[in-house]
Amino acid sequence: MSPSEAIDGQGAVRSRPTIGLALLGSELSVLFRRRRTWAMLLALAAVPVLIAVAVRLSSSGPTPGRGPAFLDQITQNGLFVSAVGLIVSIPLFLPLTIGVVAGDTIAGEANVSTLRYLLVAPAGRVRLLVVKYLATAAFCLAATLAVTIAGALIGVALFPVAPVTLLSGDTIGVADSVIRSLLIAAYITVSLLGLSAIGVFISTMTDVPVGAMATTIVLSVVSQILDSLPQLDWLHPWLFSHYWLGFADLLRQPISWDSFGQNAVLQGGYFVVFAALAYGRFSTKDILS
Amino acid sequence: MTGSAASDGLAIETSGLTKRFGSYTAVDSIDLRVPRGSVFGFLGPNGSGKTTTIRMLLGLAAASSGAATVLGGAMPTDLHRVLPRVGALVEGPGFYPFLSGYSNLDRLDTADRYAPSSTRRRRVQSALERVGLSHASGKKVRAYSLGMKQRLGIANALLTPRELLILDEPTNGLDPQGTREVRNLVRSLAAEGTTIFVSSHLLAEIEQICTHAAVMSAGRLVAQGTLAELRGVGRPHVLLRTPDRDAAAGVLARLGMGVDASDAAGGSDRGVLVAALSDAAPDRVVAALVAAGVRVEGFAVERQSLEERFVALTGEGFDVAQ
Ligand SMILES: Nc1ncnc2c1ncn2[C@@H]1O[C@H](COP(=O)(O)OP(=O)(O)OP(=O)(O)O)[C@@H](O)[C@H]1O
Ligand SMILES: [Mg+2]
Repeated sequence: MSPSEAIDGQGAVRSRPTIGLALLGSELSVLFRRRRTWAMLLALAAVPVLIAVAVRLSSSGPTPGRGPAFLDQITQNGLFVSAVGLIVSIPLFLPLTIGVVAGDTIAGEANVSTLRYLLVAPAGRVRLLVVKYLATAAFCLAATLAVTIAGALIGVALFPVAPVTLLSGDTIGVADSVIRSLLIAAYITVSLLGLSAIGVFISTMTDVPVGAMATTIVLSVVSQILDSLPQLDWLHPWLFSHYWLGFADLLRQPISWDSFGQNAVLQGGYFVVFAALAYGRFSTKDILS
Repeated sequence: MTGSAASDGLAIETSGLTKRFGSYTAVDSIDLRVPRGSVFGFLGPNGSGKTTTIRMLLGLAAASSGAATVLGGAMPTDLHRVLPRVGALVEGPGFYPFLSGYSNLDRLDTADRYAPSSTRRRRVQSALERVGLSHASGKKVRAYSLGMKQRLGIANALLTPRELLILDEPTNGLDPQGTREVRNLVRSLAAEGTTIFVSSHLLAEIEQICTHAAVMSAGRLVAQGTLAELRGVGRPHVLLRTPDRDAAAGVLARLGMGVDASDAAGGSDRGVLVAALSDAAPDRVVAALVAAGVRVEGFAVERQSLEERFVALTGEGFDVAQ
């Protein structure tokens, strides 16, 4: 049997490559089968649960104007727990978990030597980057939903559920408020896409995943610190964290999409820049790990 | 199979392939020629540049200069066309410790766009079977022994039928049975027509399974060819043990056999004479020696072992070349 016969024996599939969705499926399954991923999602889900339980157990209830926005609302309406959970998670917990996932993408593969086997398979360097980025984006969505869903469930369990009064003064029903919650989750997921791109790029620079994770997380903190310095006003609209907490527009009637749009454009810009950098770095990198 | 040279063309060809790390030249302008259908041994001491060469052949590292052609495609330009037909084990296996052996192979198989998903399950299982890991396929790789990981690495190279297998020290960490199995595996794959490029330190092993070999030393390719050519099969040696050294040398010289003054093959034993065998038949040599009154205490015709050749080519020193 000649080698070519052996290959033809496998069927004509050989000559027709698939577009390679299998690798994305495998990537998602590996990511979401990891215990680490579940530990992070559970930790995120614990944030609104802890807040709700703490508020429930305290006798006096939160004072308006103190603590995170909407905190004083949740005793009257459990639907606000999700929003409070997200507001608390945005500055650190969410970037932390995204940093871990994004920083691990390429460096983690290099660290356990699977990178060379993926590339020899051949996965294709660009395809691998795309798959890794998409998986990170999927994790951003999962992380945000973990907070949102856990918040909704615990809110309904511990507090009364009532029509929600929006920032514009209008009142919406429970069903509509669920949609608003999902919109906020979408907003925050989009907010994290720029950071994801930065993390994937950093991950192409090293074989040490912890280094890439830490760098990504530190950058997210630095961006927020810079955003809080009035002296750097001119810089603020360019910081990827600038619109992170700007989802209040989604709580008006009618919905104002301005900040959603600005945020999406900014995150898209970060994505383009860091995807290009990651491509430039990774497509020619010597894989010596 | 009589000759791999008979099959068409070369599976691997490099010209002036060079890799520099900073000012250090790890691979120095090598011209490899691996015939299709051959079992090609890639020899060299530690740090001589074998793995670096393999990385360039697989498109993992870019050459500093020179070119490599694998299965007719230029690397790394034609990588997407070439690599699905190549199975590889590069400097030890690499797997996710938190996944089972089966899941690891399944994952790596999804990376190959030419690997049909309809047969994935069957292919992964038969690859595991081929390396004797069926029973451990559900175990997490974290719990695998060194040899089991090595076997899994070989299984990964066998996920689809390959035209070329590049195996970097495949028997590293394997027990004697495992080593034997790999040898048999290589033979059976070669019999199916797969070209096999295998790097190793184990000369005996290369000698047993290879048809061709190349020797690296400090980044340079110091020899390549069929195994017979490498051993210098054209010139078998006679080893003659005699107290009458000078007389024997005279007789041998008359028969047209140059005495090896360096005593390379005989070591430091002054009682042993080494000479390249000419076209004279060995029995005639002995007859001539006896007729000349040389006391023949021992006589042997020997082909140089690959190991001797290897040491002669790469030097005796134990220090890693730097
Ligand atoms: N990333 C790197 N940076 C600098 N030098 C390197 C790098 N990788 C390898 N080298 C050098 O290149 C040389 C060849 O290394 P290589 O791994 O190819 O050797 P080898 O023949 O495979 O050795 P072994 O038999 O030990 O596996 C070595 O001297 C090594 O120090
Ligand atoms: Mg090596």
